[in-house]
Amino acid sequence: MSSAARRLTAMAAAVGLLSALPPFHATASAQALRVPTDTFTLKNGLKVAIHEDHSAPLVAVNLWYHVGSGREVAGRSGFAHLFEHMMFQGSRNVDKGGHFGVVQEAGGTLNGSTNSDRTNYYEMVPSNYLEQVLWLEADRMGYLLDAFSQEKLDNQRDVVKNERRQNYENAPYGLASIKLGEMLYPAGHPYHAPTIGYQEDLTAASPADVEGFFRQWYVPNNASLVIAGDVKPAEVRRLVTRYFGDIPAGQPAPAVRPMPVTLAADQREVMEDRVTLARLSLVWPTVERWNADEDALDIFGSILGQGRSSRLYERLVYREQAAQSANAGQGSRPQAGQFSVTVTAREGTSLSQMEREVYEEIARLASEGPTPAEMARARNSNEARSVYQLQTLLGKADRINQYLTERGTPDMFNQDLAHYNAVTSADVKRVAQTYINSRPHIILSVVPNGHRELAAQAPEVHP
Amino acid sequence: MNRTTIALALTCGFTAPLAAQAPAVATQPTLGPAPRLVMPVVQKTKLANGLSIEVVPMHEVPLVQAALVISGGARLDGNRPGLATFTANMLDEGAGTRDAFALAAEVAYLGATLNTGAGWDAVTVDVGAPKRTFARAMTLAADVVLRPRFTGADIKRQRDLRLAGILQQRDQPGAVAGLVFNAMVFPAGHPYHAAINGDSAATAALDSASVREFWRRAADPRRATLVVTGDVTLAEVRALAQKLYGAWKAPANPFPAAADPGPVARPATRIVLVDKPGAAQSVVMIGAPGVTRRSPDYPAIMLMNTILGGSFSSRLNDILREQKGYTYGAGSSFGWRPVPGPFTASAQVRSNVTDSSLAIFFREFRRIRDSGVTAAELQRARSYLVLGSLGNFETTGQVASQLASLTVLGLPLTTIPADLAAIQRLTAADVQRVARQYLDPGHYTVVIVGDIAKIRPGIETLGIGPVEVRDYNGNEVGK
Repeated sequence: MSSAARRLTAMAAAVGLLSALPPFHATASAQALRVPTDTFTLKNGLKVAIHEDHSAPLVAVNLWYHVGSGREVAGRSGFAHLFEHMMFQGSRNVDKGGHFGVVQEAGGTLNGSTNSDRTNYYEMVPSNYLEQVLWLEADRMGYLLDAFSQEKLDNQRDVVKNERRQNYENAPYGLASIKLGEMLYPAGHPYHAPTIGYQEDLTAASPADVEGFFRQWYVPNNASLVIAGDVKPAEVRRLVTRYFGDIPAGQPAPAVRPMPVTLAADQREVMEDRVTLARLSLVWPTVERWNADEDALDIFGSILGQGRSSRLYERLVYREQAAQSANAGQGSRPQAGQFSVTVTAREGTSLSQMEREVYEEIARLASEGPTPAEMARARNSNEARSVYQLQTLLGKADRINQYLTERGTPDMFNQDLAHYNAVTSADVKRVAQTYINSRPHIILSVVPNGHRELAAQAPEVHP
Repeated sequence: MNRTTIALALTCGFTAPLAAQAPAVATQPTLGPAPRLVMPVVQKTKLANGLSIEVVPMHEVPLVQAALVISGGARLDGNRPGLATFTANMLDEGAGTRDAFALAAEVAYLGATLNTGAGWDAVTVDVGAPKRTFARAMTLAADVVLRPRFTGADIKRQRDLRLAGILQQRDQPGAVAGLVFNAMVFPAGHPYHAAINGDSAATAALDSASVREFWRRAADPRRATLVVTGDVTLAEVRALAQKLYGAWKAPANPFPAAADPGPVARPATRIVLVDKPGAAQSVVMIGAPGVTRRSPDYPAIMLMNTILGGSFSSRLNDILREQKGYTYGAGSSFGWRPVPGPFTASAQVRSNVTDSSLAIFFREFRRIRDSGVTAAELQRARSYLVLGSLGNFETTGQVASQLASLTVLGLPLTTIPADLAAIQRLTAADVQRVARQYLDPGHYTVVIVGDIAKIRPGIETLGIGPVEVRDYNGNEVGK
């Protein structure tokens, strides 16, 4: 099948998905959103998926290493991310700056990102640069340490410390997200410490840490590579084998298993910050990604607090004008998930009032369930997002890699959507009751410096 | 050394079997021919009332993107800064038969997006939708453009939200630096002197009458272009536009074209400190009024700035981040608008290297003026800009946005390939000429938001220019 035809498959499918408008019926037809891929595994264990799309003369390369901050050892928080920076500092055959140099000369885009569970590296370049990019990625996967130096580590440690200052310490509410993780996940849990790390742990990172981390985690059998775009699969297979084939495998990484957490009772804390408006964060432990209840929780969050037609926005921002903003949503990670509500109060509105009203909306939605119109909005918005993600090669490639990594198969687009569309309003009610309504959770107030009296107080009657 | 041997072996015989013994990575692969940018073909038509229509059919995915661009934005604010952006934001707070909540609910039901906003030179209503619901989403957009409600209650709600948002900007040192920078670089009376979203005083004075009046005069079909990209044809779009916008009439009292504020005085370089006690970093912004987008030197300036601070591998980022570790990122940019926006060089740096960073910025401004650029830098920047254009036309949204921004500038789509061709031809001498002509380190305003007690002595020692202290609103405080 030509790849133009392949794009057409996705197109016809998505039309089908929204064809029930109006009136709305969930019609998740099989084979609707297919993104065909060729998949193979090199002898050293590197998993590879190729997706052909000739609509523009571009190719996206997306490489995941299955290590994030969740696998850091005690006293070395932030190291997975610092290590990501080291991957741009040159390798045996690539100078410091050479990686950016080649991709920028191609007019391409590139970056890397680290979260608690994986580190990804990606480039999008004109298709004639594919071999160059594979060469760059292979050289640092195989031979990073040949170019390592203390000086480079010190330099990137400084850069990362500045990143932490810019995005957390010197940013309003920046330290609250770190605090929430510490409160919800006990010490020792993979999600307890922030991915950006603590300054003292960044200071402690040593050359021995770099070497050990590289040998343990940056091995082909702990990575997966996706190439999407204007390519011929047979040629890509040849190039990937040529550049990555002789990198030796390492020790197999231990499997990742869900580690859900629970709270025995509510935990309430107050932080002062250089902010004008007080902010309330409520966080419940819920379910990890791919849990059967994940999508129902996502829909609950969408109806409760996503966008200007959500219940919290309608009540707190639009009708009562008591809040500056209000959001809610399920956040799922491979090992655990959480449901968060964030309300920034207007001056003159107490966080205690916000807290009480959020509970009222949660209780109402959990007992009455969503309306059919709300269910339709949540589904249709999700479907549209899924189709939009297929518009960019980088977006497609990263999602393929996620499916490949977490589900072992690259083309889960349609099943994923079908599962989401199969959620009923009864499911939404059930998960709201099971995980959220009146369940123990975190209550964090961030108040302007010197104004602890603005913090949310424990309500006298807990619904 | 192993590496040298391999390199020699490969140089001697590229296809020799010897090479097979070494890892393939030992040598950088050669490049195949670069793909060429194929510009989208724009189909155009016009309605009787003057509304221009531009369509780029893209049938790969069943999505449609539309941008209704009406020339005349915040430059029309006059003495009411923030009026254009506020009016644009009010458009979707209730229109036709729907209040704000019902409108947002319908947009979500259609799986669509609807965004309204204003820039300096235009008001824009953006719609993105699946093909299947596109016509219905466009109907909502037409309500928003032609039948906004602008009720007193909606105005008051959005005004109060904006007032609180303006207060919240004080929490963000980068936002504070930007506001003070613009207020210092552009004199009172210049459209860029005030923030595009206005200040607290102007915002508090916004009311239903001023918003209605602004929109009555600004919503002019003769100044409007409807750009549509995606899974549509010109005939479909034309028919839909005729149905939705055919009865749209020109205002009786349209705005005159925004006045050209003329050249701006450039005082000798000075340093403005804004105190943020205990700040973990200093936000540094340096610059002056820049160049109009219509300048024939646009391609040469783009090349020059790509090398100076417009890309990751640029001199400023390479030195301040990759060599010194002073910052998470440093760069420079020109504000490309019909009326010259600012040239700005900026970084957020660790407090105790604020002075050293400042010295490097000024050294680099002078170095590119005095010594120009190397052949390698020039080639890399050329390639970055020319090949980078390939990625600007990938999605329906990108194509629509490229067309919409050219429309605002009054430039045809052929500007893009013409600029790229110029970039291929320009020489190192051209780059140095524009560095000398458009970088002016003797007449820059430097704004630094940081912990003054920590950073002031070092900055004064540099002798770059006189140092003054201002508050978050740009007003002078005790010298």
